[in-house]
Amino acid sequence: MSGDHNERVGEGSQEVEEAVRYHLDDDGIVTLTLDDPTSSANTMTDRYQASMEAAVARLYADHEAAPDTIVGVVVASAKRTFFAGGNLKEMTLAGPDQAGEIFAQVERIKATLRRLETFPRPVVAAINGAALGGGFEIALACQHRVLVADPRVQVGLPESTLGLLPGGGGVTRVTRMLGLSTALMEVLLPGTRMRPEQALAAGLVDELVGSLDELIPAARAWLFAHRDDAEAAQQPWDRPGYRMPGGTPSSKALAAALPAFPALLRKQSKGAVYPAQRAILAVAVEGAATDFETASRIESRHLTKLICGQGSKNMIQAFFTDLQAIGSGALRPADQPRRQAQRVGILGAGMMGAGIAYSCARAGMEVVLKDVNLAAAERGCDYSAKVLDKAIARGSSTQESKAEHLARIHPTAEMADLAGCDLIIEAVFEDPALKAQVYAEVAPYLDADTLLCSNTSTLPITELAETVARPEEFIGLHFFSPVDKMPLVEIIVGRRTSPAALARAYDVVQQIKKTPIVVNDSRGFYTSRVIGTRVNEGMAILAEGMAPASLERAATQAGYPVGTLQLADELNLELLAKIGRANRTAGETAGVAWVEHPGERVVSAMLEAGRPGRLGGAGFYDYDEATSRRVGLWPGLGELFDRAQVQLPLADMADRLLFIEALETVKCFAEGVITSTAAANIGSIMGIGFPPMTGGAAQFVTGYIGADGSVGIEAFLRRADELAAAYGERFAPPPALRALGESGASLESLVP
Amino acid sequence: MATQSGDALIYDHLRTPRGRGKANGSLHEVKPIDLVVGLLDELPRRNPTLDRKLIEDVVLGVVSPVGEQGADIARTAALAAGYPDTVAGVQLNRFCGSGLEAVNQAAARVGGGWEDLIVAGGVESMSRVPIGSDGGAWAQDPATALAVDFVPQGISADLIATLEGFSRERLDQYAAESHQRAAAAWDAGYFDASVVPVKDLNGLTILDRDETIRPGTSVESLAGLKPSFAAMGDQAGFDEVALEKYHWLERIEHVHHAGNSSGIVDGAALMLVGNREAGQRLGLTPRARILATAVSGAEPTIMLTGPAPAARKALAKAGLEVGDIDLFEINEAFAAVALRFIRDLDLDEDRVNVNGGAIAMGHPLGATGAMILGILLDELERRGLRRGLATLCIGGGMGVATIIERIGE
Repeated sequence: MSGDHNERVGEGSQEVEEAVRYHLDDDGIVTLTLDDPTSSANTMTDRYQASMEAAVARLYADHEAAPDTIVGVVVASAKRTFFAGGNLKEMTLAGPDQAGEIFAQVERIKATLRRLETFPRPVVAAINGAALGGGFEIALACQHRVLVADPRVQVGLPESTLGLLPGGGGVTRVTRMLGLSTALMEVLLPGTRMRPEQALAAGLVDELVGSLDELIPAARAWLFAHRDDAEAAQQPWDRPGYRMPGGTPSSKALAAALPAFPALLRKQSKGAVYPAQRAILAVAVEGAATDFETASRIESRHLTKLICGQGSKNMIQAFFTDLQAIGSGALRPADQPRRQAQRVGILGAGMMGAGIAYSCARAGMEVVLKDVNLAAAERGCDYSAKVLDKAIARGSSTQESKAEHLARIHPTAEMADLAGCDLIIEAVFEDPALKAQVYAEVAPYLDADTLLCSNTSTLPITELAETVARPEEFIGLHFFSPVDKMPLVEIIVGRRTSPAALARAYDVVQQIKKTPIVVNDSRGFYTSRVIGTRVNEGMAILAEGMAPASLERAATQAGYPVGTLQLADELNLELLAKIGRANRTAGETAGVAWVEHPGERVVSAMLEAGRPGRLGGAGFYDYDEATSRRVGLWPGLGELFDRAQVQLPLADMADRLLFIEALETVKCFAEGVITSTAAANIGSIMGIGFPPMTGGAAQFVTGYIGADGSVGIEAFLRRADELAAAYGERFAPPPALRALGESGASLESLVP
Repeated sequence: MATQSGDALIYDHLRTPRGRGKANGSLHEVKPIDLVVGLLDELPRRNPTLDRKLIEDVVLGVVSPVGEQGADIARTAALAAGYPDTVAGVQLNRFCGSGLEAVNQAAARVGGGWEDLIVAGGVESMSRVPIGSDGGAWAQDPATALAVDFVPQGISADLIATLEGFSRERLDQYAAESHQRAAAAWDAGYFDASVVPVKDLNGLTILDRDETIRPGTSVESLAGLKPSFAAMGDQAGFDEVALEKYHWLERIEHVHHAGNSSGIVDGAALMLVGNREAGQRLGLTPRARILATAVSGAEPTIMLTGPAPAARKALAKAGLEVGDIDLFEINEAFAAVALRFIRDLDLDEDRVNVNGGAIAMGHPLGATGAMILGILLDELERRGLRRGLATLCIGGGMGVATIIERIGE
């Protein structure tokens, strides 16, 4: 799945170089070498298609000329990866008007692969590196797949994660290989990227080899071993008497289970609509009821619809373009040298400190974990042990690697042990005075260029920096809880933070295999500020007398991972009240009159009722005393907040949550808190659960899909105006955004 | 050209007893065609003046019209029963409303003056052709199921109970009453005149009484039964589908089980519908007039709330009020369906399903509508009352209703 490797060198030259090389050797083996001469990786360009078509035509011509010559075919790659997949950049340009062209293009690519698949001699894919999406679909058209067992190599069909479906024959072939149920649940719907061992276990590849040197010999050996085996030259589904594993939709057992498939899909997504997953389900089932060619055509039609729609464009923006940009350092000062951190000191071994210690140790860093006493620091180490024990139970780690990991974490109660660290990450309680105190205590042990980081989620970095000796080397690293699972780190640049410090922080985040976003200092930074607006809006909806269950469903059906009341319980209402008070004080100090938010009275009423949230064992939800599991919504909500006679449409509740966050994101751009749409998209999705299918909180504005199907910022503005008219001025889009709608510029142009 | 439109009259009706719809049910050995042929044989036997040549069509409701019940079982049965070649046959499917739909369509054709005499009814051997055997896009095609929010009926029934606050105990109480009423009606001989025993080729009786009635049923005896649709709702995800629409509910209470839902049974029923002239020509006495019929759609996920709108529509067409109806038959697909209908129309429970219903006697899908209309007519006659309304909830979110008015003394 790549879109950045198709820059063509020598464009305009008369000579057309092939992206697939054909070679027939003396042993009768034809090797088709995938090697796009214009790029470092193979993708499904026009050049690929023309070359593949020509190569397959030549294969048939050679075979017809001398039927006894060709033993079989090896499909191999001359690149570091096997084949990177579809041309995503091109796809994002296609609109509904291009449906005819896209369909024809998809059908043409597939016709060639089908012709290769039905060649009367066996075909082997020799997979030397990553084969994802379209790349893996080429391999699926071969009768045998040999894969190099390099654990860094990923294969699979991740299309669903980009709002697409494996339309190069992937759905049709995997369904026929594994049966409907397994194909859907384990491969197609989740879009799992698999390591070689996983791919072998799943039946997606047939054979692993230990090294690249063994790959082509293994592929050839299989061909020689099946020289006279007519069956081996056919895919199972092309052999007479083929029966689909688990049966077809008309068989009794599958017919009984089939009605649950769409229901389960809805349950898994908590009612959120991912069009690609729904299309994959339809294509797999409808295709299973027909012959291969018809199934393949149904698949092309649905892929065409997804490619031409806005939904895939939004997901490709976030999960391909933005992630890749961040991964390649787009948010990092380019002129700063890259650095590796060897030794990290962590102040505070609570939940966050312990999680950060885990992540740093996992990346191979030496970790000094400091707390007020050794017992507390050791408890922080236990956290790593627990996480690793679970991983061992799952089979994804070993006792040895656990031992090595734990040996890298050094618990201590002595500040002096923090000497010699490349960086310090402070993760003590959110209290400016306490933080200032620990900075002072650690100061004598810092090297001249030790980077000092604070894991704060709300306190302004610039203010914290006032108490340290080198504010230019002080920066915010906002980790999310639980640290071992959450992939995002929000880097907060204070007023005096230097570019060098930012570059180092960025490198550290990438070193521990997390995704950084960079924001400028402000109360709540980007993520906390935006999620706060959602929580407040949810409280306001409750205050208006909407059914609590409706409010929760509005969130999950919109695509949020959890309901807003559940989120508030997790965040804790006392904390929310405290942040509210701090915001008020800060505002009033700055001379801004305080306007009460309609949600505030919900927070105070709940606190008065003694229900601060999950931590307190009682919040909007009831919690089991023994297990602290969520039992259900607190029945007392009905008495505390009168149920309105007229209930709002669910779509309005959902849109209020989405729009209030998107509009706050717009304000963050206008205030310069966030400056990159990639950061806003990835930060909102990975940090605060903004619905993934929207492409993130910035993409939600510019790639907005209206209820009437209209797309873009104008449609967003129309809906925001509707919400403002119905629910209050806080939904009124800022004038600058209106101007943007007319100019078509990016949200980044709002940054002062 | 059609003759002048006029009354659609019921001249006779008959049904088989209902056998448990399992391999150990008494009618499991009987083919569905034989259930129908047995009744087609009996019809002229008990109406000796009936000249079968005047029957224009046999209209049968079948919900799973495949396999043994496929290929137009109505025409096949007419031929197998030795009816004249001129007697046509057609099979129709309006899910659980099929049996009543067959009668209603016959009434429309007769009442509209297009035809004179039609046999209408239905058949379902659920033990031999299980529910769902005919597949269909509604449940089996994911694109369709996603578009129309398909859930199985049991989820809808539990959804009704949750919304209406019908407790498990209330439903079980209703179910126990159904058994007691059915048992009492049988013991008093109220069904005798219309139930035709199913016999073998020697004339030996296979079954002569509804097989699933348990007179001793009580709230206590039902208490041990496990909810039937909890796993379907939870593990198969259907609760979530329903709750997407009924989002103000936190969860669906799974309160229906085998004992407060309709029984799965085998059975068939027929009704002779004709105009006044046909009866006069054949020397048959009309028993009731079909005053009005109606179908109505309802929200498809809750699905089973169609009887009230269908009944109201039929009442409006007949120019009647709820109070003008003496007795009601609501198919007891699930206890909550009957209770919801009673609540929707604000009915006195003593005028509804007075001889029990499908919870006690079973619901042979394609036949039930004709059966309950026949039971309603017999009871109006027995009590000397005038008007009755029969209605059924229907898959996909529909309801069907028929109002009859007794003719005679």
